Amino acid sequence: MKYARFLALLLLLALVVTARAADGAEESRAIVITAKRFEFVPSTITLKKGETVKLVVTSEDVTHGLFIRPLKIDTDLTPGETQQITVTPQSAGTFTAICHHFCGAGHGNMKLTVVVE
Amino acid sequence: MKDPVNRRTFMKIAGASIGVGALFHVAPLLGASAGGRRIAALLGDKNGEAPTPFSFVQLSDTHVGFSGPPNPLGTQAFEKAVDLINGLRERPDLVLFTGDLTHDSEKPGEHADRMRLFQKIASRLKVPLIKSVPGEHDAGLDGGKLFRDAFGETHYSFDHRGVHFIALDNVSLARPNVGPEQISWLKKDLARFPTTAPIVVFTHRPLFDLRPDWEWFTGDGDEVMNALAPYENVTVLYGHIHREHTHTEGHATHHAARSLIFAFPDPETGVPKKPIPFDPQKPFQNLGLRVVNEPGARAGSSPRIQDVELTLREYSGTVGIQQLLKEGVSL
Repeated sequence: MKYARFLALLLLLALVVTARAADGAEESRAIVITAKRFEFVPSTITLKKGETVKLVVTSEDVTHGLFIRPLKIDTDLTPGETQQITVTPQSAGTFTAICHHFCGAGHGNMKLTVVVE
Repeated sequence: MKDPVNRRTFMKIAGASIGVGALFHVAPLLGASAGGRRIAALLGDKNGEAPTPFSFVQLSDTHVGFSGPPNPLGTQAFEKAVDLINGLRERPDLVLFTGDLTHDSEKPGEHADRMRLFQKIASRLKVPLIKSVPGEHDAGLDGGKLFRDAFGETHYSFDHRGVHFIALDNVSLARPNVGPEQISWLKKDLARFPTTAPIVVFTHRPLFDLRPDWEWFTGDGDEVMNALAPYENVTVLYGHIHREHTHTEGHATHHAARSLIFAFPDPETGVPKKPIPFDPQKPFQNLGLRVVNEPGARAGSSPRIQDVELTLREYSGTVGIQQLLKEGVSL
């Protein structure tokens, strides 16, 4: 009986370790970005070339957009919804992301600087 | 049989004219000689209507209602442009406004008031025809409803003296897109014409990737230009960028007009996207019309608007129009 319990515990431990290892393999760094009239918060994010990161983006007021041609990001940000965008930059540089869903008079100034090191 | 007409003769547009983004002369020398009349007749047979000489004006980005440090003078540049056009010896047939007629406002009733003020000023233009397309500041917040109430449809086409004009709306979807419905309409509209037809497209945003990170592009602009690709004589007039720019790709030449409120800098200089600061000593520098010498003006006569920058551009906005009669055109 004791031996069976020991085996069960060993199996459970193995499952937990495997699950954690699997989680670790899939988990990427998350960067939370909030869009609001007429700014992104934070206004600058830093990524690493070749590193996969998850951008977790929300709008807290009206519909905005997030557009970065070099990183192939082109999405609308609807209030109340969270966009999770996975990106793996392939080249270093500084890129400007813009809101490309017209959101009012200050729309043209709504930018996010993306630094890829 | 070899065509005896020397087309090069007819490519010479009528001398110096008003600057880029202002007065466009269409085939001004057609009809001035037997050869020119013959070419016009041949184009007419091919296209259904022969082009006849006329001129038109493009104005852009008046932003009626805007008030701020980049231009504390409100509508003054717009009003001066109206006076300038009304003072031209050769009265244009048509004035095209390429968007951002008004600056948006979310104060109830204010945006509609701005559209009425725009109409009041534009109505002083002594021209037979005024046409416009919306910019994102006119139509981006309400899908174009207010604009349609004030000005009518946001995309349409019409013919004028042998030239087919197409108004495209790339702002009402809020994103910089024309959209599949309008592209489908465009294809049907174009299908009525032979590839030799002279076409002028006017819209707000550039239809090519000028600077996507400054939002100077149209997401599906390539689909629009693909639809226009078979046509040999295409001129695209646009605004939005508040500065002059000319771009040629395939058979199409794209011209951006200056704004009538404030100018943006050249992005190639590495500066941020901010309006060029207002200079009270030169309040209309970089804006709107640029007076050269009015064709036929007396030597030494002063331009009507002293404080509008004087600049001569050889092509004077006529490059695209010259394509009407370019060498090698298939008749």
